[in-house]
Amino acid sequence: MTPSASAPKGALLDVEGLSILIKDKRGDVRAVDDVSFSVAAGETLAIVGESGAGKSLTALALMRLLPKTLGVEAKRITLAGQDLTSPSELDIRKVRGSVMAMIFQDPLSALNPVLTVERQLVEAIRLHETISRTDARARALELLDMVRIPAASARLGEYPHRLSGGMRQRVMIAMALAGRPKLILADEPTTALDVTISGQILDLLKELQRDLGLGMLFITHDLHVVRSVAHRVAVMYSGRVVESGSVADVFERPRHPYTEGLIQARPHGSFVTDGHRLREIAGTVPVPAARPPGCAFEPRCVRAEADCRQVVPPLVREAGTPRSLACFHPLQQEQYA
Amino acid sequence: MNRHLLNYLGWRLLQSLVVITIVVIGSFMLLHLVPGDMVDVLGGQRGDMDAELMATLRTRYGLDQPMLVQLFNYVTGVLQGDLGYSFRNSNTVLSLVLQRLPATILLVVCSVAVAVFIGTLAGVFAARHVHRPIDVIISMVVLVFYATPVFMTGLGLVIIFSVKLKLLPVGGLITPGVDMTTLQLVGDVAQHLILPVLSLSLFYIAIYARLARASMLQVLNQDYIRTAYAKGLGTSHVIIGHALRNALLPVVTMVGLQIAELFGGAVLTETIFSLPGVGRLAYDSVFERDYPLILGVLLVCSFVIILVNLIIDLIYTLLDPRVEVSR
Repeated sequence: MTPSASAPKGALLDVEGLSILIKDKRGDVRAVDDVSFSVAAGETLAIVGESGAGKSLTALALMRLLPKTLGVEAKRITLAGQDLTSPSELDIRKVRGSVMAMIFQDPLSALNPVLTVERQLVEAIRLHETISRTDARARALELLDMVRIPAASARLGEYPHRLSGGMRQRVMIAMALAGRPKLILADEPTTALDVTISGQILDLLKELQRDLGLGMLFITHDLHVVRSVAHRVAVMYSGRVVESGSVADVFERPRHPYTEGLIQARPHGSFVTDGHRLREIAGTVPVPAARPPGCAFEPRCVRAEADCRQVVPPLVREAGTPRSLACFHPLQQEQYA
Repeated sequence: MNRHLLNYLGWRLLQSLVVITIVVIGSFMLLHLVPGDMVDVLGGQRGDMDAELMATLRTRYGLDQPMLVQLFNYVTGVLQGDLGYSFRNSNTVLSLVLQRLPATILLVVCSVAVAVFIGTLAGVFAARHVHRPIDVIISMVVLVFYATPVFMTGLGLVIIFSVKLKLLPVGGLITPGVDMTTLQLVGDVAQHLILPVLSLSLFYIAIYARLARASMLQVLNQDYIRTAYAKGLGTSHVIIGHALRNALLPVVTMVGLQIAELFGGAVLTETIFSLPGVGRLAYDSVFERDYPLILGVLLVCSFVIILVNLIIDLIYTLLDPRVEVSR
């Protein structure tokens, strides 16, 4: 396969040929199939796609937090200069929380219900630096201030169930920042929150990312969220990246029929009911085990031709642009207006 | 101790009072439904009592009064700390029960501690190695313990360790007729307790091992365990610092539920190992139809059980902050 969207020199995270296998006696199934992407320091890459596209699995695979029934294969994974292609248990432990940290979708279930905010924060802090309990507590306060939790010192003694959803996610973010990581993996961090809170959390993440110069891998299914937080976007469909590039470029001139379909399916921000149905993409995402031999999107694609049914279109970097595309019959740029 | 906790305690004590009252009245009425009284038993054993003497005895001990009057007399006595007098043992019921209580409490508390500790340890270990040979072996061994009746385990242990190997005493709580320092006494009692505690706890080890295994497996699947790993914690830190406390919650609940059952199990164990406990006292008093003593044992045991449950509930609120005490 042609190396794609290849990392700008000195990328913080560089992933090449990542596959996630569902181990099965009758043959392994690739839930994520040969995915490549990179994240530079100070840059946010959004991975967008429908449920089951393999977005969350990809993030968990980087942290090696997948259940044991799933296998990870990769040609190359490097993070901040360190080779993580097949890390030992100890190597990955040293990286978790200190070089890359993860923010999860549901902050209530992701925080331990029987430990106070202070216990959970201080634990994360003291795991990555040698520091006294008192200093760690001061640092915990500093972190809570950073994520803009009011009355931080009172919140330290609280248990997660006493906090609101937005507050919990802020604690989660503070915990992720505790080890001073370089890369944040945010797995749908606003999906479990209501709209206003979700907006605040997005703003916070954006600011922290900018101020601390963090790299961020932002996983979401929401195109609006992509637009507001990300610099670059990779569109995933059925375990593969089908298109990637800068957010403005991809959203304004989508070239893959799936990307175009996603953008068309989006409501246009109006409550006026003019009798128009939102455009949908006919059909459903194939499960990994029943993926067609050619392009996974072919059965739902209006532009599909014979060659799409036979060969998986490789993700190819467009000459002279930061865009990559996996389609034999892409939309021409001028076709989309 | 905050005000909420004190309020909660007060409320729970009030509840306990109601429960004890119901226990007293209920068991009193139940015993009086049984035909025949203490004088009948005495007469049957002596064989030389005439109707007149029996009537005199009944009058003297108030057995000829209507049941409600007897109940009233009993309850007034209980409120003044008088649980009645056991004629068979020529002693007050309270002092009889209190004499026997320490042995039983020692047996039950040690058995619970051993069962919870070993059971949880085995369960957590099995959960860590789920579906591997060691997990299957643990499951099988505890199933055997679970399926073996307490008296059989007890007799088996006596035959092996006391009769054949002569390592441990056959029964009793203290070696009689020996002068001992406090330390020696503790050691002696401990030696006597090993087999009774083992035979009573083996059954419960099985229950706690299964419970702890299931609970641990469930907790290990929770998102916050993944978060703990994501922080960079090692496996043992995750298990001890994050999983164990959550996994213990169902175990603690189970202890509360099983305390009453353990007192029942203590009757068998005390009989097999001739321990001077409340269980044997209850057993004997039933056969001698010693009503005041039966009632006294019931009352004191239910009091202890209620107290233990109160303590367990408090432990639970300390372990799980989501349980907010109210009232």
